[in-house]
Amino acid sequence: MRVSVTVNGSQVAADVADRTLLVHFVRDVAGLTATNVGCDTSSCGACTVLLDGRSVKSCTVLAAQADGREVVTVEGLAGEQDQMHPVQEAFRAEHGLQCGFCTPGMVMAAVSLLAENPAPTEEEVRTALEGNLCRCTGYHNIVRAVLAAASDNSA
Amino acid sequence: MSILGTRVVRTEDPRLLTAGGTYVDDLRVPELADAARVTFVRSPIAHALITGIDVSAAREAEGVVAVLTAADIDDLPPPPDNGLTGTEGAPLPLGGPWSEPLLAVDRVRFVGEPVAMVITNQNYQGEDAAELVSVDYEPLPAVIGVDAALSGESLLFPPAGSNLAVTTGTPVDPAAFDGCDVVVEQTIVNQRLAPVPMEGRAAAARWADGKLTVWVSSQNAQIGRLILAGAFGLDPGAIRVVAPDVGGGFGAKIGVDRDALLVAWAAKHIGRGLRWAETRSENLLAMTHGRAQQQVVKIGGTREGRILAYRLEIVQDTGAYPRMGGFLPFLTSLMAVGPYDIGHVETAYRVIVTNTTPISAYRGAGRPEATAAVERAVDLFAAEIGMDPAQVRRINLIPPDKFPYSSPCGPVYDTGGYVKALDTVLAAAGYEELRAEQARRRERGDVLQLGIGVASYVEITAADANGGETARLVVHGDGSATVYTGSSAHGQGHHTAWAMLVQAELGIDMAMVEVVHGDTDLIPEGVGTYGSRSLQLGGVAVYKAAVEVKEQARQVAADLLEASADDLELDTERGIWQVRGDPAAGRTWAQVASHAGDDVLTAFVNYTDGQPTFPFGTHLALVEVDTETGKVRLLRHVTVDDAGTVVNPVLAEGQRHGGIAQGVAQALFEEMAYDADGNPVTGSLIDYAIITAAELPSFELLASETPATINPLGAKGIGEAGTIGATPAAQNAVVDAVSYLGIRHVDMPATPARVWAAISEARESR
Repeated sequence: MRVSVTVNGSQVAADVADRTLLVHFVRDVAGLTATNVGCDTSSCGACTVLLDGRSVKSCTVLAAQADGREVVTVEGLAGEQDQMHPVQEAFRAEHGLQCGFCTPGMVMAAVSLLAENPAPTEEEVRTALEGNLCRCTGYHNIVRAVLAAASDNSA
Repeated sequence: MSILGTRVVRTEDPRLLTAGGTYVDDLRVPELADAARVTFVRSPIAHALITGIDVSAAREAEGVVAVLTAADIDDLPPPPDNGLTGTEGAPLPLGGPWSEPLLAVDRVRFVGEPVAMVITNQNYQGEDAAELVSVDYEPLPAVIGVDAALSGESLLFPPAGSNLAVTTGTPVDPAAFDGCDVVVEQTIVNQRLAPVPMEGRAAAARWADGKLTVWVSSQNAQIGRLILAGAFGLDPGAIRVVAPDVGGGFGAKIGVDRDALLVAWAAKHIGRGLRWAETRSENLLAMTHGRAQQQVVKIGGTREGRILAYRLEIVQDTGAYPRMGGFLPFLTSLMAVGPYDIGHVETAYRVIVTNTTPISAYRGAGRPEATAAVERAVDLFAAEIGMDPAQVRRINLIPPDKFPYSSPCGPVYDTGGYVKALDTVLAAAGYEELRAEQARRRERGDVLQLGIGVASYVEITAADANGGETARLVVHGDGSATVYTGSSAHGQGHHTAWAMLVQAELGIDMAMVEVVHGDTDLIPEGVGTYGSRSLQLGGVAVYKAAVEVKEQARQVAADLLEASADDLELDTERGIWQVRGDPAAGRTWAQVASHAGDDVLTAFVNYTDGQPTFPFGTHLALVEVDTETGKVRLLRHVTVDDAGTVVNPVLAEGQRHGGIAQGVAQALFEEMAYDADGNPVTGSLIDYAIITAAELPSFELLASETPATINPLGAKGIGEAGTIGATPAAQNAVVDAVSYLGIRHVDMPATPARVWAAISEARESR
């Protein structure tokens, strides 16, 4: 079937199998490989992207469901002149990533969280990120990064 | 001021944060442009004979390029047999009757064992075609658990005549515990865990022009190449192994394993580039697991708190094939006595095979098991004599004036301040106040009871120090530098740390230092990353290479400046060579290196200090146990993890954070479980209770640096401290919370069901 999705501001259209997952559309059709597949049970959140501004696990969405809609991946977050997004900056400053595999999904989940709740408490951050797994950081610096990005927002 | 020891953010991160890493499945290299996809057909049965495989329907399915079974493996030499039978207690895998095939031949031994490979043009086609492979299984009784294995009623390897792969005999000193006022004995389960790196296993391979190229998610490209060379009967020079970005390893990605070997073999066999990235469910079944020990501890001492004797007996479940799992209890035995000065220590172990996923290294690899055992034992002893467990530790920890300390288990602990680590943690945690609050809650009969768990540890890092590690440093004509490291990063931050070492020694800004790892064409010699060895071997190799290059450059600069080399100095703040006291006439690295000739300033170092190092510390976990539901919540975690001199506190803390989470995960949540028939019951992330952000507090890390004396950086390893210290601290905290009910032990993971059962049983028996 024909699917057309706006990915990071660019129109991407292709004929794909009906069962094509959005994450595979992003990786294999749009050619954007930052978004990773970390599980097959919608548990890990490595594939988190924004769909019309809200975070979704793109392994749990069919490409067809994204037809005519707008997807933002971590590659599309940076601003002019590749200026990193405040959440990306905060992850770097706080050492919120190690191997980097969960990071694109984690960053997108954090962006979505801060859009909904610009000044979360630590507990709210931890609860909001429960669906995004990281095996390297123990979440300590991820949580600090999100809190730092939030306080930078409000400053 | 040197950059070493300062908080430097990582050079790796901008790329990982904006473009994402390039993991194996992200490779878009031309060599893999027409690559087909591999899908494994895996055994759904724990133990069975294979009586037939019919691949005809699968071969006809859409997009299928090939379907391969063991019968197709006719172009490999016989597997290398190291001649080990197990009786030596030596490193594994075992050969002979215990040999592991690549694809199952006539028998499957665990759920997830590869039986056939389906190769398709596109990724979704593989899952469809794999369903069409028909395998006839004749089920055999599954061997699950220690008793079933030792009974020998059903054998995994009938020609071996036993399920016992390795044994060291049993400790028999009948007088060992004579003279003890108090002796306590306890059986402890150190449960099986799944490593769950966020990137599962992945490999791609291509055979072209007589050369095999393998891209693999591995901790060790170079070791991977040796394994491939042995399996294929190829000269290592005919193989290139690339470990690109690797999404976590935790010991389970050492070298290349069976499945990746098969991908490489199939690429050569059918003459087409291949890609494979496992699903998470495959990962939980077929990537090696860790831990899986049953331990019996016996501890004895005086009523005044002095421990006089300790015995640890281990049965290591190594899963279906005795790979590295058979070696783990050796490491456990080596570190059995932990940080304590105990006169009499005995250890013994047996290694069994069962119809479960093979066991290998998982963050700590045998040492967390040692610490878990002795730290539980110390708490059991403390409870028996009615003494504060922290005080029992203080009495028995090796005092600072006894270093270097020859452990009765073999190793010589290099440097340490064990009592100080304990006292630092207790003070920072407010131990006395925590005990007072615990007493108040008990007095009131609160539903939520506090538990305080303490664990002191010493561990061994770079246990295989003799293997060394390589570094090649080149200073280019433009004043930039490249480090080729034999060590292999998968999240630790090698690229940042190695660049810092170069900047500190040479004054070349770390932004001008490129670090390259994980490509055997560029770095044929190396060992890679495991056992917390990277900084103390690979990092020191970089430092030594920088020292060598500095001396080469001194001669070149002397020529440029028309001065005696002895009169020159390198201003490492600015990266300028100058005559001592005459900074105005200095020469930059670009001037010196281009004068020397392009890439002439270079050094290769293969470094070993020949000895392991022994980091140490103390962890304190504070938990709250809901005595009505058994639910445990970790409230605080306070640690000293002393790994010698710290190059970059940001990176060292990151290692500690991750390890603490994994340690707490073992204590409270995670377990890879099987039913009696050998079916995994935690085979997806729905069921395997991997720890999340919501279950953890922020951690309280305390700084402590007791330099190692055997290497010039003073560095010890930090990668595994977290799992070693945190696991028993959290477990001891749970037991401590409910100890007022008479409970002395709760096995891991301390799930609500298990804790609730212990509480209920204790209350009923009162």
